[in-house]
Amino acid sequence: MTGLSPIDYRLMLPMVELTIFALGLLLIDLWIPPEWKWLNATGAFIGVLFSALCVWQIQAILPPRGQIGFYNSLLVDRFAIYFWYLFLAAAALTILGSSRYLDIENEHRGEYYALLLISVVGMMCMAAGIDIVLMFVGLELTLIPAYLLFGFRGRHGKEKENHARAREAVRKFVFHGLFSSAIFAYGLSLLYGFSGSTNLAHIVRALGAVNPRDPVVIIALLTTITGLLSKIAAVPLHRWAPAASETALTTISGYILSLGMAAAWVLFLRIVVFGMLPLRAVYAPVLTVVAIATLTLATVAALMQTNTKRLLAYSAIVHTGYILLSFSVIGSERIASPAFFDALKAMLIYLPVLTLMNLGAFLVIAALRQGAVLGDDLADLTGLFDRSPFVAVTMLIFLFSLAGIPPAAGYLGKYYIFRSLVESGHRSLAAAGVVFSLLGLLYYWKIAKPIFTRQPQPNPPLPVSLGMRSTLAITALATLVIGVYPRPLITLVSWVLGIAQATHVAGK
Amino acid sequence: MPFASVTWLKLSKPPDTDAPPMTPPMTPTMTPYLFYTLAGLAIAGSTLVVTRRKPVHAALALLVTLLAIAGLYLMLYAPFVAGVQIALYAVAVTALFLFVIVLMNLLLNQPLKLQPPSHSVLRFAHRDYSRVWPVGLAAGCGLLASFTYALVKSRTLFPDRMVSPSGSNTQQITTLLYGENGRPGQYILSLEIASLLLLVTIIGAAIQVGSSRSVIAPLKKEEPRPSVEDRDERRITNH
Amino acid sequence: MLPITTVHYLVVAAALFGIGVSGVLTRRSPVIVLMSIELILNAVNLNLVAFSRMWGNPQGQVFAIFVTVAAASQAVVAVGVLIVLACGVVARGAARNREPSPNHASLPNGLPNGDAE
Repeated sequence: MTGLSPIDYRLMLPMVELTIFALGLLLIDLWIPPEWKWLNATGAFIGVLFSALCVWQIQAILPPRGQIGFYNSLLVDRFAIYFWYLFLAAAALTILGSSRYLDIENEHRGEYYALLLISVVGMMCMAAGIDIVLMFVGLELTLIPAYLLFGFRGRHGKEKENHARAREAVRKFVFHGLFSSAIFAYGLSLLYGFSGSTNLAHIVRALGAVNPRDPVVIIALLTTITGLLSKIAAVPLHRWAPAASETALTTISGYILSLGMAAAWVLFLRIVVFGMLPLRAVYAPVLTVVAIATLTLATVAALMQTNTKRLLAYSAIVHTGYILLSFSVIGSERIASPAFFDALKAMLIYLPVLTLMNLGAFLVIAALRQGAVLGDDLADLTGLFDRSPFVAVTMLIFLFSLAGIPPAAGYLGKYYIFRSLVESGHRSLAAAGVVFSLLGLLYYWKIAKPIFTRQPQPNPPLPVSLGMRSTLAITALATLVIGVYPRPLITLVSWVLGIAQATHVAGK
Repeated sequence: MPFASVTWLKLSKPPDTDAPPMTPPMTPTMTPYLFYTLAGLAIAGSTLVVTRRKPVHAALALLVTLLAIAGLYLMLYAPFVAGVQIALYAVAVTALFLFVIVLMNLLLNQPLKLQPPSHSVLRFAHRDYSRVWPVGLAAGCGLLASFTYALVKSRTLFPDRMVSPSGSNTQQITTLLYGENGRPGQYILSLEIASLLLLVTIIGAAIQVGSSRSVIAPLKKEEPRPSVEDRDERRITNH
Repeated sequence: MLPITTVHYLVVAAALFGIGVSGVLTRRSPVIVLMSIELILNAVNLNLVAFSRMWGNPQGQVFAIFVTVAAASQAVVAVGVLIVLACGVVARGAARNREPSPNHASLPNGLPNGDAE
């Protein structure tokens, strides 16, 4: 066999499309006059559509157990396809919602969209990688555009005297991000040492052969997991999330905290659940403790916030805590037992819903940006229902979903997590989860209350651009439809996990 | 199981665990001394990096550490990595650090004249250690001690053998990266992704230059012309 | 004298790792924090090359090269962020200088040395 096989080219095609469009945007941007900058957004959107088309083509020819490419470094299975679609959809929504917002912030540049697309390429590598080299490089390719996008200060960043805050956020986001990447790399180097190979399948085999309580194995486990936990903002290492969320442009904060976090979770699932499966009895207790700490601290912190973006960041951290709870099931149950599958299913249902609702909530905040109003203070939401009923209602749907109130989709993932916890006998953890959900109502109420307070002199109505309007409508509608009619999503997740013969749902 | 699906993979043959053990080809009397010298240099250099107050000194200590590590790579029969270490780390990254130290010093001192000239050098490193430094120190030392303990305790996990490489090191690495005889290498996709990473870095540098220019440019226009004494003083500060 | 084994190299790497971590946690100057992160990445590379020698395959060395590339681009981006921040300080200081204000003494505190709370 010589050269790359046609299948390799096909598997690479979605990433290639995104890269080509990103580079094209960088070039075209130089010729576009300022009033035509929305063309950038259109181009990026078309790029995402093309990429999704290629993913669809791959899916059509995908064998049930996935397709290997590039000498065992890329594994495109249903899991990867599922998350590729999620990343592309969320990126498309972000692009659609950014156009007008960037005009207001005076940051309408081609680089914004190019970096967005390139970081999606990195995420795709993380979701489909089966080689730790590819995963590490993919992680870097996701993070570096995120650092650069974080540096887009916008109009208010240049005007306001928030330099100390910006410095603090850089320290917490960029430097701690680099630090945790380095720790993660140390863990990966030890994994290579156990197996002599950078392929995750070899690593699983080698880890199955060693004593899981060997000190060096534990060090490898802890360093790897520490790096990953920092990326998903679990508690001792969560402080980058609120800082980045507050300082970055609102669309970027939404992008980092929804899409970026989902990508980090995918990497976490690939490496911790699959790559370290033989060690699950060792890491599960650690992750359970982290989950409880995350839930407690983030709930308390969220209750004290007055900045909406910070509050939403802490709520995202709380959701990380919920998903982490299910690792106690993964650690204690047999592989392929019903509770084990329920836990996996819960995570796979939780992640897309979480991505959608977080992104939606941040986009609502972006829609509030007007003139001198930044929109990130809780007071900026006052009287929103009078100013724009549409935006207020979508925000309400996202809040319902985040709080886990049934008509919106957020309850689904929580339901499955609590169910798997009860099935596997972790009743106290399930009870704790319910208590934290109830406490969650308190801080979501803090956001919801000002929306419906009437002001003596109502503010002028809020103009919302067409792109933003359609983004919010699509996101809110998706949240509602999944919540009201969850069957397709559940069947889809079962298809991903390969536990039901329901291939017809997968759009084929 | 979504992930169990990979067990059917036809993996390339697992690494050869039965390779014959062999003694390091270097003369046994000399190797330990060389190793301890280089390791001592690396550790001493890195200690200096984290303890020196002035970033310039830290950067020079970093240079020593990086070169010592390059020496260790040579002892491990990895000449290509050693070359990359010297060319990329020891030269490029250290130069980058020195550059940023100088640039920030200029940026922060020149237009503002914050400090009298005698203190102007690297004043920005003046509150140097974080308030919770004992915690950090304890954490670092704890990590060091526990890692060393663990590595020494379970040294059986890492078989005491040094497999001598067959063939040319650089050629092997190139084969893995780019492939040979028309057959692409194992890491060809990672290589492409890494090239994209470097491209993003370049774009990022361009963006950052643009944004710093937009900050600085209005300053230059509005800044009143410095008086004669002012200019003289600046010249003194600069030289 | 004992022959030098893989574990010797691993212990040196662990030492670099511990020193790097303590550097990140104790220092405030962002340039030195960056250097400490580079030390950790060097520990990673030393591990990888030692393992590569132990297993007799060059994959660890390739991984080390990738780590080096990632480290270099991280350093560039982080340095760029620092310079942009420094420019922000300059702009702010100049804005203050233009409107006559007496508190020049407070300016050094505004420098981007990434200090804690």
